[in-house]
Amino acid sequence: MGTVILLTLTGLGLAALYFLVASGLSLVFGLADVLNFAHGLFLGVGAYATWWAAGNLPGAGPDGFGFVLAVAFGVAAGTLVAVLVELVLIRPLYSRTIEQVLVTVGLSLAGVALLQATWGADARPFPRPEWTRGVTGILGAQVPNGGLLLIIAAVLVLGALLAFLQWTRYGLVIRAGVENREMVTALGIDVRKAFTLVFAIGGAAAALAGALGGVYFGTVSPGQGSSLLIFAFIVVVIGGMGSVLGSAYAAVAVGLLQQFVNYYGTSGLGDICVVGLLAAVLLLRPQGIAGRVATA
Amino acid sequence: MEPVLTVENLSVRIAGLHILQGVSFPVAPTGVTVLLGRNGVGKTTTLRAIVGLTPRNGEVRGTIRMGAQSLLARPTYRLVRSGLGYVPEDRCVFAGLTVAENLRLAERRGAEAAYDRVFALFPELERRARQRAGSLSGGQQQMLAIGRVLLNENRLLLIDEPTKGLAPKVVTEVTEVLERVAESMPVLLVEQNLAVVRRLAKDAVVLAAGQVAWAGDAQELLLETALTKSLLGVGTGEPHRGPEQAAATGKDAN
Repeated sequence: MGTVILLTLTGLGLAALYFLVASGLSLVFGLADVLNFAHGLFLGVGAYATWWAAGNLPGAGPDGFGFVLAVAFGVAAGTLVAVLVELVLIRPLYSRTIEQVLVTVGLSLAGVALLQATWGADARPFPRPEWTRGVTGILGAQVPNGGLLLIIAAVLVLGALLAFLQWTRYGLVIRAGVENREMVTALGIDVRKAFTLVFAIGGAAAALAGALGGVYFGTVSPGQGSSLLIFAFIVVVIGGMGSVLGSAYAAVAVGLLQQFVNYYGTSGLGDICVVGLLAAVLLLRPQGIAGRVATA
Repeated sequence: MEPVLTVENLSVRIAGLHILQGVSFPVAPTGVTVLLGRNGVGKTTTLRAIVGLTPRNGEVRGTIRMGAQSLLARPTYRLVRSGLGYVPEDRCVFAGLTVAENLRLAERRGAEAAYDRVFALFPELERRARQRAGSLSGGQQQMLAIGRVLLNENRLLLIDEPTKGLAPKVVTEVTEVLERVAESMPVLLVEQNLAVVRRLAKDAVVLAAGQVAWAGDAQELLLETALTKSLLGVGTGEPHRGPEQAAATGKDAN
């Protein structure tokens, strides 16, 4: 029983990480039709900015309020990079899918290279609050606190995103834009502002994933964002393009499947099962759990 | 009287195809001007060019002016904010949003939304405010699409085939609403149902093969059965038949 609880909660921790990356990715694709391969860069920037801030930013540190400040700095850095990427690189390329893919893939590679050139290719120990190094006993299972922190953060982000989408004017514009962007402009709304906003939201969530992922894994490395991005894309497709709630369901399914199969089967089999789940969803329900049908 | 909108020498090319070739016509500052023509002659393309929704792979040339203001090359949202209300073909309501949210989306900052006017014309929308737009009937969706543009003061309404696919009784309701709307603001209407045209239109512009084939008084056109048949491929039926009767028989230009 303890093993099942542990696997469930660590699976949910992984799911939380996927959700933080995938939620922004899903909104960006759903609203702006942009396949953003540079999304992993926002995670890397958030992780490295948090790591840097914890050691160098006055008032910031590896514990207590200092750590909160370091994470806030990382999130702000990720958000800023995401907004700049949208304004400078993506905005001139809307409706030009191939160019978008080339630019975002190139940016992702260049970003990783830049992080490597600046701080080296090796993983670096991440500053972690003392509490996150420990475990908490839940129904007989000793669950790592880093994973619990990720779950709490993801639930808070999910709640905030849903409230934003449901109760604010911009949330309404984003929901409508995911359905029919052209009609939103035909109602007199400058939908480009909403594009920038979803990039900012996506960048912030991914940067938070970078910071808390550093806590979860204990290290930060330049390629971390890219490897997580693959699973985030799978979560977006399974959950449905443009659906935050769909991303949450899909992240839980992927995280739990990976964790359980990797434990009870062979290591690595969980990843294959996730790809199998993706294939099944694409065949049986191409619009994903809660989204619209992806069109070419 | 000065036209509210002037289209001069408008040419639209999309993916290498010349959809419109030198189209020119004015839209009167009052009443309904109707754009007629067989399927595929460029009626919807004309409306979309006016409101700046030509696809990115399209090319628009010519002049479109609203008063002294040139409309070409301005983004759609600015054109709409400057007083162009657009109701597209197939309504395009946001199916996942409620009726109230669809209307709220059309509100403009700094302007008071005319909910009283919309609900006076379409009381059904007020009753169904919390219902998802996707679960409305076709007629109710059309009312919502028209209601969205009536929420704001506009200088001109562009309405694309508002009676398409609707039941005869609903066609009559929509026609009556458009008649009331046209009393207070000019309308450029694309419509295939000649009974509706007969009831609403003051002026008509007939497109054929991407060009203006005929322009003038709409009622005169409808009296000329042979001309109507040659331009639209359909007879006008009884000249004095009311739209309700025409709608009830389901007879239209198709």
